[in-house]
Amino acid sequence: MTEIGEPPIVAAGLTKRYGELVAVDSLDLELRRGEIFGLLGQNGAGKTTTILMLLGLTEPTAGTARVMGLDPARDALRVKRQVGYLPDSVGFYGDLTGRQNLRYTARLNGLRGEEAEGRIDEALGQVGLSHRGDGRADTYSRGMLQRLGIADALIKDPDILILDEPTAAIDPIGVVEILQLLRDLVRERGVTVLLSSHLLTQVQSVCDRVGIFAAGRLIGLGTVSELATRFGNDTGQVEVTFDGEQATEAAERIGPFLAGIPQVEHVEPASAPGAPWRLQVRPASAGRLVREAVLAGAARDGLGLTAIRSSEPSLDDIYRAALLEAGLHRDAVESAGPVGAVA
Amino acid sequence: MTAVEAAAPPPARSVPRSGWLVVAAKEFADHVLSVRFFVLLIVLGLAAGIPLFLATERIHELASQVSGAQAVFLALFIIGPQDVSIFGLDVSVQGFIGLAAPLLGIAFAFDAVNGERAQGTLPRLVAQPIHRDDVINGKFVASLVAITLVLLSVVLLISGFGLLRLGIVPAWSEVLRLIVWFVMTIAYVGVWLAFGLLLSVVVHRAATAALIGFGVWMAVAMFGRFLLNLILGAIAPVSDSTAIDRALGLYQLHAFVLRLLPTTLYSEASSVLLNPSLTGTNTPATLGQLSQAQQQIPTLLSLDQSLLLVWPHVVALVALTVICFAIGYIQFMRQEVRA
Repeated sequence: MTEIGEPPIVAAGLTKRYGELVAVDSLDLELRRGEIFGLLGQNGAGKTTTILMLLGLTEPTAGTARVMGLDPARDALRVKRQVGYLPDSVGFYGDLTGRQNLRYTARLNGLRGEEAEGRIDEALGQVGLSHRGDGRADTYSRGMLQRLGIADALIKDPDILILDEPTAAIDPIGVVEILQLLRDLVRERGVTVLLSSHLLTQVQSVCDRVGIFAAGRLIGLGTVSELATRFGNDTGQVEVTFDGEQATEAAERIGPFLAGIPQVEHVEPASAPGAPWRLQVRPASAGRLVREAVLAGAARDGLGLTAIRSSEPSLDDIYRAALLEAGLHRDAVESAGPVGAVA
Repeated sequence: MTAVEAAAPPPARSVPRSGWLVVAAKEFADHVLSVRFFVLLIVLGLAAGIPLFLATERIHELASQVSGAQAVFLALFIIGPQDVSIFGLDVSVQGFIGLAAPLLGIAFAFDAVNGERAQGTLPRLVAQPIHRDDVINGKFVASLVAITLVLLSVVLLISGFGLLRLGIVPAWSEVLRLIVWFVMTIAYVGVWLAFGLLLSVVVHRAATAALIGFGVWMAVAMFGRFLLNLILGAIAPVSDSTAIDRALGLYQLHAFVLRLLPTTLYSEASSVLLNPSLTGTNTPATLGQLSQAQQQIPTLLSLDQSLLLVWPHVVALVALTVICFAIGYIQFMRQEVRA
């Protein structure tokens, strides 16, 4: 149905307004085949609205979207047949078993009999619910429901998976499992994944590319390291930890020493003895020079160095920088007026 | 259903041709296995069975008097026990079914859409390759079929009781009348079902929707006649001193206003269909008609004549269903998937 090489998802000038409120503001986006793309933003940034427009569940006010070469506003059925969707806080019929819930989805996708049962078994196995498939859905934990939701999206053997907050309300171990599952799916099935999240660090590890979304606008797009360069003002970070037990006289010398290294732009002291000092390095490529200087200096001055490492800028930092740059940081936003009305 | 399976060619992905059928099948299975289904079945069975049991004596009497008459079997449905009166309501089987049918309609629909919303299953459902209206159409059909099942069991139970206990054997014309009446009753249930569905779309909490539904049912079925009579008595009073032709005109007005209630429409149509000796639902409009009615020789109408008499009622009931359903439908199509 789609021509080879055509991007699975394309949005051009996609806009959605609810009265005065602009939920999504002329969004341009292109997803590549087989990538995991993270749509990041606070609650109310317009992520869910974007997803609903891509699925044809909400009509865009302006602009167009193409999913697998189809217009979701006109060809919703065919789009929905090829796109697996995990809604935000997904729900299931509590009086049915997990398997029965999935069977209903299979029927709605025109699958019956052995074909459907085969898909259900496969999907349950993939999300690790094979042993609980015949338990009633209202006995499932939140994390199990989330995994059942992913199985539900997989039943139709989709080309694209759209996951709205797949890791929300799940315990940390469950999050790791789900992210691993996504990686496996992309590798085994070659699906394209679009996921939205407000939990940035979790997403950082799994996404090939991310788009930063704020107040309905895409204010950053690229890989995490690209975004780090773009919003990090070409600074890097080095963390240095010293022995917390050493003499105060030595400890007092640490601060001036670190600040004295030429490429270090800013020193954030340790919050407690034994905690890491954070050094801001410019240019970002000077991390290695700084590490060597710290090493040499600590040996010379007899400072009890215990650890030293370059730290990746976290997506949280990038996100904050991007918001600040766009003038959309919470402090700026609150004075500008309400933004968070649309989840 | 096999058509869907056959229509799944390997290259292109299958899309169910009739998504509403899939929804309806699932909803129907839910209904039939639900507690509410059994509770309503039992309650309705009792509600219809008790008056019938009490009326047995009278029907016996009647049957011996008019042996050979056409409509003895139907008397099972239209004759209530003597000296039993609750709020002046009709306590015959027919009356009870007329009273309980709205309840069934609301009970099977009040949580149709808002229940899905509350469970968080609605976004998942509409993200499947079906049209959005398949959801609401499928639910309507499933509920209607489930209610038909309940009512059919009750009617068959009563018929069986009549056959075995009283030894009344129905004539074919009576069976036919019963079938037509049953279909009309289903149409009446449809009105309330569509109303319940509308509530489930508009009201976001199922409990609130149920309360509103039962409130409206109470207002219309129990007190509607009484209230309207009260209002009419104040606006257009008829007293002994009113000239007879003016009084007739006012009675006409009263009859018209009362027919705005679906309950009136149903009870009139139901009486005519089950009782071949009723030859009219209209109050006489002129003195001439009045004297004509008084001079009329009692006759039994054939079924097609009775049908002709209640056709406007049936049309009005169907129209009400369509209106309620259409409003709910449009609202549902316009609503955002997110609450």
